[in-house]
Amino acid sequence: MSAGTVTSTRRGLDAAQRRAIRARKLRRVSVYGLAILISLWILLPIWLIGTMAFSTRADVRSYPKHVAPVPFSTETMEFFLDTEGILTATQNSIVVAVFTLTLSTAIAAPTGYAISRYLFAGRDAFRLGILAVRAFPIVILAVPLAEQFRDWNMFDKVYSLALMHTALTLPTTILVIASVFASVPVELEEAAKVFGCGPVAAFRRVVLPLALPGIAAAAIFTFVMSWNEVFAAILLTLDNRTLPARILYTLDKSGDPFKFAGGFFMLVPSLIFIFFVRRYLFNMWGQITK
Amino acid sequence: MAEIRIENAVKTFGKVTAVDNVSLTVHDQEFVVLLGPSGCGKTTLLRAVAGLGLVDSGRVMIGNRDVTYLPPKDRGISMVFQSYAIFPHMKVFDNIAFGLKMQRMPKPQMIARVQQAAELLHIENFLDRYPSQMSGGQRQRVAVARAIAVQAEVLLMDEPLSNLDALLRLEMRAELKRLLAELKVTTIYVTHDQIEALSMGDRIAVMRDGKILQCDSPSTVYDTPTDRFVGGFIGTPPMNFLQGQVRRENGAARVFIGDFGLIPVPEMLDTLLTRDGEVVVVGIRAENMEALNQPAEDALQVRVLVVEPLGSQNLLTIQIGSDIIKVSTHPDFRVAPDKDIWIRFPSDKIRWIDRDSGKTLLPAVQIAASG
Repeated sequence: MSAGTVTSTRRGLDAAQRRAIRARKLRRVSVYGLAILISLWILLPIWLIGTMAFSTRADVRSYPKHVAPVPFSTETMEFFLDTEGILTATQNSIVVAVFTLTLSTAIAAPTGYAISRYLFAGRDAFRLGILAVRAFPIVILAVPLAEQFRDWNMFDKVYSLALMHTALTLPTTILVIASVFASVPVELEEAAKVFGCGPVAAFRRVVLPLALPGIAAAAIFTFVMSWNEVFAAILLTLDNRTLPARILYTLDKSGDPFKFAGGFFMLVPSLIFIFFVRRYLFNMWGQITK
Repeated sequence: MAEIRIENAVKTFGKVTAVDNVSLTVHDQEFVVLLGPSGCGKTTLLRAVAGLGLVDSGRVMIGNRDVTYLPPKDRGISMVFQSYAIFPHMKVFDNIAFGLKMQRMPKPQMIARVQQAAELLHIENFLDRYPSQMSGGQRQRVAVARAIAVQAEVLLMDEPLSNLDALLRLEMRAELKRLLAELKVTTIYVTHDQIEALSMGDRIAVMRDGKILQCDSPSTVYDTPTDRFVGGFIGTPPMNFLQGQVRRENGAARVFIGDFGLIPVPEMLDTLLTRDGEVVVVGIRAENMEALNQPAEDALQVRVLVVEPLGSQNLLTIQIGSDIIKVSTHPDFRVAPDKDIWIRFPSDKIRWIDRDSGKTLLPAVQIAASG
């Protein structure tokens, strides 16, 4: 009976209405289709890397490739981690990333607060200037910097690379933190001031607790950016290579198992971190998810 | 004792003058409403009293202290914000206790105060909740409880009810009025809702373009606006305005709407006579005209355009010359659109307004007295 009702109402529609419904369906199907395609484009390589990283070295070399890590084996990963220099490079990467995270957040937090709260002269120019740093190709920055560092006896040092990474990550970190502060309503700060806080106390008791998760997210994102950065790392270090620089340097001399395992090893921390802070990164692009 | 005195306050934002040389005294324990359309400077003025925005020039006194440049925390004020501004990372208890904690009040006393404030607002059962677990109306109560818990002598309220839905607003209005009357606190209340202003304030300061046009009791502001804008802003429907021409007839002033002559009250005759031949604006409220079904000597014949039965009254829209006016009648008054009726203008209910300045004309005696 219900089916009959549906068809009769369908029949009740005129041609224009039916066309509109069909057009809407088509639109929806194509949007979903596109979304699925884009997702596959990104996810398939990640899946492949993961599968290969946990297959035996023989399986990695064989064709056709497996679609799942069966038989499961940590042999490839172990081989990668045992390779000379990998652990030192990992350690370097972590030191650089932590240093970058600390310095970048320490600079970006007050800057972001100022941008989000105060209408100072040249505010818009300053914002644009921050972004403009990103427009500089790293090559143009890194080569003269490498020379300069050599003159100052700072070349091939982990902390000089961290300085470079701080410069590279600051724009993004500042903008993310600014958006985090902007999402804390000014009225809350004003209420704190009315009810007995000075500016510092209002910040510490009200703004900071509310902004802290967002700032943490920005810091983690900074960590990931530094962790993944390879170009400056190659130009500014020689013996004290970070992990991506170390892997890239020997990439063409290594076999597939090394590449897949290295890729996986690089990928996982980034993916995990980004997964936890994704909400705050979306905020930066104006999509409020609350 | 906490009298608020604002003296010649000026505040500009770039080229816009938000508050234009405003002086206002709010007496101890008085409830003054700042009323005006958005952008009239009422919130800016309130923020100058709160210390959240400093005036460019002028003075703000609370009690007998000059607080013009003091930070908010040193002014002895409390405030309710339009967006409530309750702290989302604190439980209701800590929100209400916030001001007390900042004063370093001993814990037992603080708990008692929070409890008392919460009970006044009927939220004593929610003290353990976070604001996100509460409805808009309840959050509003938290904001008010936080503001009264500190027992400041001055309470500032910035459109505290405007985010509530209509029914809740009506309920909260009466409750707030009772509460504030009990607390005997000096209050400045900002709103753009004229009904809220009429219902709550001891006095209403009507603002426009950064100036206070009139500051009087609700009934005075309603009945005898000093300015055409005030009459047109306050009241539902707002005051009606008609063009009339002053003419001398048998030695006395009459104001003619077409051929129909309005008779001013005796005190106004001299003032109007000085404007013989000029056009003045006649202001009269919808409920102050008397509608008749038959012709009468002292009534003007008009055509009804629209009839709106509103339950407690019938609201008629009427055209007189080029002016459209509203007349409120008893719900039993039977009338249909496009029919003619006759309306009477009681002399004592008519306000006379200068066409160019928009200012209400005063009796000659009063001008002499005040001048």
